[in-house]
Amino acid sequence: MGFDVLLKGTNLLRLLTGLWVALRISLISVLISMALGVVLGCLMTLDKPFIRIVSKGYLELIRIMPQMVLLFLVYFGTTRALGINISAELSSIIVFSLWGTAEMADLVRGALRSIPRIQYESSYSLGMTLSQTYRYIIIPQIIRRMLPLSINLVTRMIKTTSLVMMIGIVEVLKVGQQIIEANRKSSPNAAFGVFATIFLLYFLACWPISLLSKSLEKKWDSSNG
Amino acid sequence: MDTQVLLSYLPRYLQAFCLTVQIGAIGILIAFFLGMVAAFVLHFQLPILSGIFRFYIELFRNTPLLVQLFFIYFGLPRIGIMIPAQACGALGLGLLGGSYMAESFRSGLDAVSIGQSEAALALGMTNRQLFGFVIFPEAFALSIPSIVANVIFLFKETSVFSAISLMDLMFTAKDLIGLYYDTTEALFLLVIFYVIMILPVSLIGHLIEKKTHDRIFGA
Repeated sequence: MGFDVLLKGTNLLRLLTGLWVALRISLISVLISMALGVVLGCLMTLDKPFIRIVSKGYLELIRIMPQMVLLFLVYFGTTRALGINISAELSSIIVFSLWGTAEMADLVRGALRSIPRIQYESSYSLGMTLSQTYRYIIIPQIIRRMLPLSINLVTRMIKTTSLVMMIGIVEVLKVGQQIIEANRKSSPNAAFGVFATIFLLYFLACWPISLLSKSLEKKWDSSNG
Repeated sequence: MDTQVLLSYLPRYLQAFCLTVQIGAIGILIAFFLGMVAAFVLHFQLPILSGIFRFYIELFRNTPLLVQLFFIYFGLPRIGIMIPAQACGALGLGLLGGSYMAESFRSGLDAVSIGQSEAALALGMTNRQLFGFVIFPEAFALSIPSIVANVIFLFKETSVFSAISLMDLMFTAKDLIGLYYDTTEALFLLVIFYVIMILPVSLIGHLIEKKTHDRIFGA
């Protein structure tokens, strides 16, 4: 079946290192897009026409393009158009941060919008200050609504980073191909074993995060009534 | 940007566009039916089958399409299952989409309130009538927003097909860049064709969303 090839030498370790390359890119992008997304999402709830048009345009533009096209645009396009040379890893971080920021901003905006005005008004009438209102009333509710969805976004970003292979980053799929090529003679069926293993590795990376998101959603949903 | 170059690239892009839309549409149809079957199985909690479908949904929702395609296209032939590239693309997209569609349909089915089925039963409807005339239409309408989102997501995912050497838009762009170095023109057409592909889907999707919502719940 071709699983034996993984036990030869450091092959399994190489695969895991490759997975880490992809995971590292997604983790860096997740951190950047969470921070920027919260800021952009808050800006979007302000009723300033200029901000609204710009942010809406940015959101639609990023979300209508496949991430692979964005990768090509940044990696090949900027080199040509601006004459600057961006490394594959940096351009993938740029792309995933741009995309993640758009998705995150939309989540933040949705969560902020979902809090009815009456919540603010009631807490003011109870004599709370602005910061108290946010600290005790608004932010806890927003976190409950947003956290499961943002955790879900993390798994989506991890899954999407598998695309970086297409702009030449040596991550888990590329390492897999190298292992298969190197062992073509000794174990011709390596392709099955290696790709099945990569399939499983991605599943193991994303599944616990999905479960966490689902359980948080369930827990907070029932306590809200 | 050189108009002459753009025009000379156009036929190749058109061809790739047709192929991408074709495989994408077939894949989405597969996803639709697979998702519906999976949702019914899970909703009615059929023994054994629901375990299988739950496993399938978790597996395909938590892995990238690129990895799934590599496994189907390069891995499976090693154990004797040979699938041509185009069928592979449609199948991969269908399997991925099926797992997403299943969740959409299932959440729609779960969201129909118990009062609806009680009312229908009180009116003397049989179980089949209850499902066919009350629960299913309502569940379908409830799940339309997330189905639309899934269809757009799946059309975007078609960009991965180039990895299994299907001549789709992405493949064409990469090929042309490699051949002639007219990067700007090749990327420009790539973006234009993806907009042509996805923008109508998104607009029509929103329209359907509004129409069904109005029809079922009143304008």
